[in-house]
Amino acid sequence: MSTAYGITAIAVICTVTLVIGAFGLRLSRTTSDFYVAGRTVSPYRNASAIGGEYLSAASFLGIAGLVYTNGLDMLWFPVGYTVGYVVLLVLVAAPLRRSGAYTVADFAEARLESTAVRRLASVLVVGIGWLYLLPQLQGAGLALRTVTGAPSWVGGLLVALVVVANVAAGGMRSITLVQAVQYWVKLTAIAVPAFVLLWAWSGDGAPGPTIASSSTWKEPLGGLAGQGHPVYATYSLLLALALGTMGLPHVLVRFYTNPDGRAARRTTLTVVALLGAFYLFPPLYGVLGRVYLPSLPSGAAADSLVLRLPGAVLPGGAGELLSAVLAGGAFAAFLSTASGLTISVAGVIEQDLLRGRLSRVTGDDATVVQGFRLAALLAVVVPYAASRLVEPVGLATMVSLAFAVAASTFCPLLVLGAWWRRLSTVGAAAGLLVGGTLAAVAVGLTILAGPFDGWPGALLGQPAAWTTPIAFGTAVLVSLATPGRVPRHTARTMVRLHTPEDLALDRGQAEPAR
Amino acid sequence: MTEQPPPRVRVTSTRRQAATPDDRHSLTRELDEQSNLGEVYMSGLMAAQLRLAVVVLAFGAVGLGGLPLLFLLVPATRSLEVGRLPLPWLVLAVVVYPVALVVARWYVRQSERIERAFSEVVRRG
Repeated sequence: MSTAYGITAIAVICTVTLVIGAFGLRLSRTTSDFYVAGRTVSPYRNASAIGGEYLSAASFLGIAGLVYTNGLDMLWFPVGYTVGYVVLLVLVAAPLRRSGAYTVADFAEARLESTAVRRLASVLVVGIGWLYLLPQLQGAGLALRTVTGAPSWVGGLLVALVVVANVAAGGMRSITLVQAVQYWVKLTAIAVPAFVLLWAWSGDGAPGPTIASSSTWKEPLGGLAGQGHPVYATYSLLLALALGTMGLPHVLVRFYTNPDGRAARRTTLTVVALLGAFYLFPPLYGVLGRVYLPSLPSGAAADSLVLRLPGAVLPGGAGELLSAVLAGGAFAAFLSTASGLTISVAGVIEQDLLRGRLSRVTGDDATVVQGFRLAALLAVVVPYAASRLVEPVGLATMVSLAFAVAASTFCPLLVLGAWWRRLSTVGAAAGLLVGGTLAAVAVGLTILAGPFDGWPGALLGQPAAWTTPIAFGTAVLVSLATPGRVPRHTARTMVRLHTPEDLALDRGQAEPAR
Repeated sequence: MTEQPPPRVRVTSTRRQAATPDDRHSLTRELDEQSNLGEVYMSGLMAAQLRLAVVVLAFGAVGLGGLPLLFLLVPATRSLEVGRLPLPWLVLAVVVYPVALVVARWYVRQSERIERAFSEVVRRG
């Protein structure tokens, strides 16, 4: 594989990202600009930005690697990533926007009128964000090593530096623009090489895939990533992805940049279209990988398949060029997802952990924006350190664990918060605590001590199917047992969450005090 | 306050749509004051939206959630082919996406229709 092409592509993507970010810096002036782009982002650009942010290392490299290794069952990953937005659309898109909150912690506070629940939500946002940042940084290391042979810590560090520079400099306005551009960069980077490879493949007489143990690869229910109990694992994965999407910190922040609830729905609809278009391509790489690369070189991760395939199909310059395009697209994926996560994690760190404390240390010298910059650094340093310590378990697997935690914590909070008037403060807190603890234990065991065999392995590796219902059940039962702790202004909040904005109604405090 | 009677204005039905600050009809006030009547309207709106959401989710649960069950219970479907393409691959890699888009589009239209109807009723008061 040619190093020069690959380095050029990655350098171009990093530079473009920084330049667009710097351009946005001149536009972002106020605190509100900094956080949610002054809420002037159109649904179409917002949808591109959500798509750009959401298509991560797991989508760009992970899915193809999984399909290549494990076959058909892995198609549930992209299906779940997309269906998650349909679930988000029908359950929470408009109410979330109408809540007028900036982050899920703001939503928790506004709906439940409790700073304790807010604190819990903040801790969870940071935890889920870090869990999701980890595979982005690992993926960057892997991609850079595959393309240039650089040690794997370099790629992660490169992404970390670009993201911190960009987020700290421009805030969300620049990031919205960057993300919107990144979606189209990624779609082009995965679609164009795919068409060239398909054309080369049909030129070769369209050979079928080479499969060692044919039945499990080509057919459903062969087992997810070698875990047992495929039916359970499939359903649990689907549930985690479908319900977890609404709980991802970087997805939530993006909804607040819509002008109103109706625009939030339209944005989500466009996101479903954009994601559907993108996800047609990664499985093609997995299948073509089976045709041209019956086995990967020893020591090569399956996640590097996308980058290796062009060289195998088209030896020489054309293959190298396509590899470089794909490497650029993969870096766009790491940068955009990591930026989005960093924005939301940094927002929470700044608001709930640094503010107040920082001004005490510096004697009121530090502004909100300076605090945000420090928070952005913190948001990236921790997962980068973790990515050097934790053994990689596969990009898509890591990401699905983050989804499982989100599904068993924020999904009950948001769904019950938006639709159930009898949700009490205690009930919501209990649901977050129980769901979060169970999911965190399952994820921790899987990452640090797993994978396990048999039922324990399936239950811990794909925990959403039991942790999510338990979290919902806890929130409901505890709420029913503590009717006195239902927030006082629930009725008014419901008016705000569900009535269209064109009615002149008293919606209570529409914007949280900042 | 006004000394002279206001000039004659032709009153048409569309005039009722105009929402001016002192045009706050009794129903918006009912909603604001969280009276029983306001509550009835609010629960009507929420129930309609929730019913719509449940219909979409049920469709997804049966359509998508039924697939693994179908593969499990009718093993023949696992290797069914349409043309040269295996059916499970075709469904999961391609067909799912346009269907999801159509369903999402239908939902957006329906929920906007519910909101329009709600706004109209409340404004008419």
